[in-house]
Amino acid sequence: MSVLLDVQELQTRFKVRKGYVYAVNGVSFTLEEGETLAVVGESGCGKSVTMLSLVRLLPPAASIENGQVLLRGEDLLQLDLRQLRDVRGGQIGMIFQDPMTSLNPFINIGTQMAEPLIYHRGMSKSEALARSAELLEMVGIPDGEARLREYPHQFSGGMRQRVMIAMSMSCEPAVLIADEPTTALDVTIQAQIVELVKALRDRSGVAVIWITHDLSVVAGIADRVIVMYAGYIVEEAPVDALFEDPRHPYTVGLMGALPSLEGETGTRLTTIGGSPPDLEDLPDYCPFHTRCPYAFDRCRTENPMLELVADASDRGHRAACWVDIREVEVQSNGAGASS
Amino acid sequence: MSQTDNGNSAPLVRVENLTKHFSVRIGAYGETKATVHALDDVSFNVQRGETLGLVGESGCGKSTAGLTMLQLHRPTSGQVFFDESEVTGLSDKALRPLRRRMQIIFQDPYSTLSPRMTIGNAIGEPLWLHELATGQEAQERIAKLLDDVGLNPAFAFRYPHEFSGGQRQRVCIARALACEPEFIVCDEPISALDVSIQAQIINLLQDLQEEYHLTYLFIAHDLAVVRHISDRVAVMYLGRVVEMAPKEKLFDNPLHPYTNALLLSVPVPNPRQERQREHTVIQGNVPSAISPPSGCRFHPRCPLAFEPCDHEVPEWREVEAGHWVACHAV
Repeated sequence: MSVLLDVQELQTRFKVRKGYVYAVNGVSFTLEEGETLAVVGESGCGKSVTMLSLVRLLPPAASIENGQVLLRGEDLLQLDLRQLRDVRGGQIGMIFQDPMTSLNPFINIGTQMAEPLIYHRGMSKSEALARSAELLEMVGIPDGEARLREYPHQFSGGMRQRVMIAMSMSCEPAVLIADEPTTALDVTIQAQIVELVKALRDRSGVAVIWITHDLSVVAGIADRVIVMYAGYIVEEAPVDALFEDPRHPYTVGLMGALPSLEGETGTRLTTIGGSPPDLEDLPDYCPFHTRCPYAFDRCRTENPMLELVADASDRGHRAACWVDIREVEVQSNGAGASS
Repeated sequence: MSQTDNGNSAPLVRVENLTKHFSVRIGAYGETKATVHALDDVSFNVQRGETLGLVGESGCGKSTAGLTMLQLHRPTSGQVFFDESEVTGLSDKALRPLRRRMQIIFQDPYSTLSPRMTIGNAIGEPLWLHELATGQEAQERIAKLLDDVGLNPAFAFRYPHEFSGGQRQRVCIARALACEPEFIVCDEPISALDVSIQAQIINLLQDLQEEYHLTYLFIAHDLAVVRHISDRVAVMYLGRVVEMAPKEKLFDNPLHPYTNALLLSVPVPNPRQERQREHTVIQGNVPSAISPPSGCRFHPRCPLAFEPCDHEVPEWREVEAGHWVACHAV
């Protein structure tokens, strides 16, 4: 497989009254053709800002300080806005978390769906509407032609998310960025949407970046996973390796914090004590050390790089940690309370 | 958490045929009157010291059930008994001493704390309202409560904006605990929090339950969390409870097709298992509670639906000890 998207040393920060908030701090990753990459982390870890930086869909206070975003060899950060418009929605499709707010309530579904087809594909309005009706049926909304005349409030949350998916896929993008697409949905609807995206991916061969905070969703959809914390990638691995042999203490903590539908109950959940750090300075220490049960002196003075883990079962398994957690015994597992 | 439903001890809360309808106006100009059937003919018990989990999708009436039990909504019909005495129909004044004994924790710790009140005052307010403590004694109680929920007692003079979501939820828990309640409705207390913080709050709720012998009604949509924290679980669909059982029975042997569909929808955090698992996804959406389907409300989406399902409401019956279900096909 060949590399479709190559992101190098991406840095994005926000100007705030007191200085800067360092949201993305030198993030590098690649996405191969047809691959599904999951990006996992808690709120504020920089996962959405990273992906929005790729297409520069950032608020005015944000600036990209450094980095390259190569889509098939072309650096998206060097494009002017006109060229970038062809990428947004054309080569890179996006789905956002909240289907209630990402559609315009005053414009009917048909007009909204036709817009990218007219803009990117040069279709006439009637061609675009006919194609939109097909797309609606493709994402499981029956009677597409009639529903094109309806407005967003006439659709349920799950249906609106289907409309968003149909729109984002309409110009046959090479990359689909899905930013927490199922977080606002109920579990049965979430399962429907996950199955839909998988089916569309398998049919069209689109590469997917799936941003989520929910590790369980990742297991079912991803080929590879990136775990982010405080604006850094702390672990990167193929999905099986990540779940069977997680190496970063943060990943281990996240997995322990998940209650499961199987196995013993009545055990306590392991927790990660404390809460994520402010991002007001670029740290010269490991950003996780205050919450890490394995932390030792070096963690407080040097920020580890993302490096291949010891005895990796896969060459793509990297982690940013000074400790080989398999060799260290932990006495107490980050005892719950934060204060 | 040892006392589960064994039928011997009297339940702390008993709900009988509880119904709550809301009148709404629909149409572009609100020209049509309609009724939302939020809760219909629901009956269950909550035993002293147990955690009853209440699960279902948004709009199924689970929060309405919690609020109606506490008389924060007045029921349309049906009865609620708290510690053997009926609370439905009591005046607000007569309810007040009972309110001290039943409290609630809400989903969103951002909107449930007044931004203009220090958290010490927020936690102290129930003490003053119920005249449980004043002056120095109240301050000591507040400090103890903050300590109980894992916060520094010196935080009492700070305002909510200085705290993270998880810490605010701890404040809300301290406030609910202030007047030493017996029964707490936890209405999605962790859904607004991050995964690593969720686990902290779950552990905290369990520790407090043990220490203060609390009884919880734990409302959530996350089945894995409910399985973790509950002794018994009730599943709701469109205003009705469709199945209720001790959690082992409910999760290992779900009888109602809706429970089964819910369980199959939950992703498993194990990639190999996920790949092999059969992905039978339940079709369609939850119908409107304004005009719920006749008969069994699940029948339009049910894979097992047959002749009586579309016109006969299935009976709520106990199929084996402690395992209740409402389905014609079981």
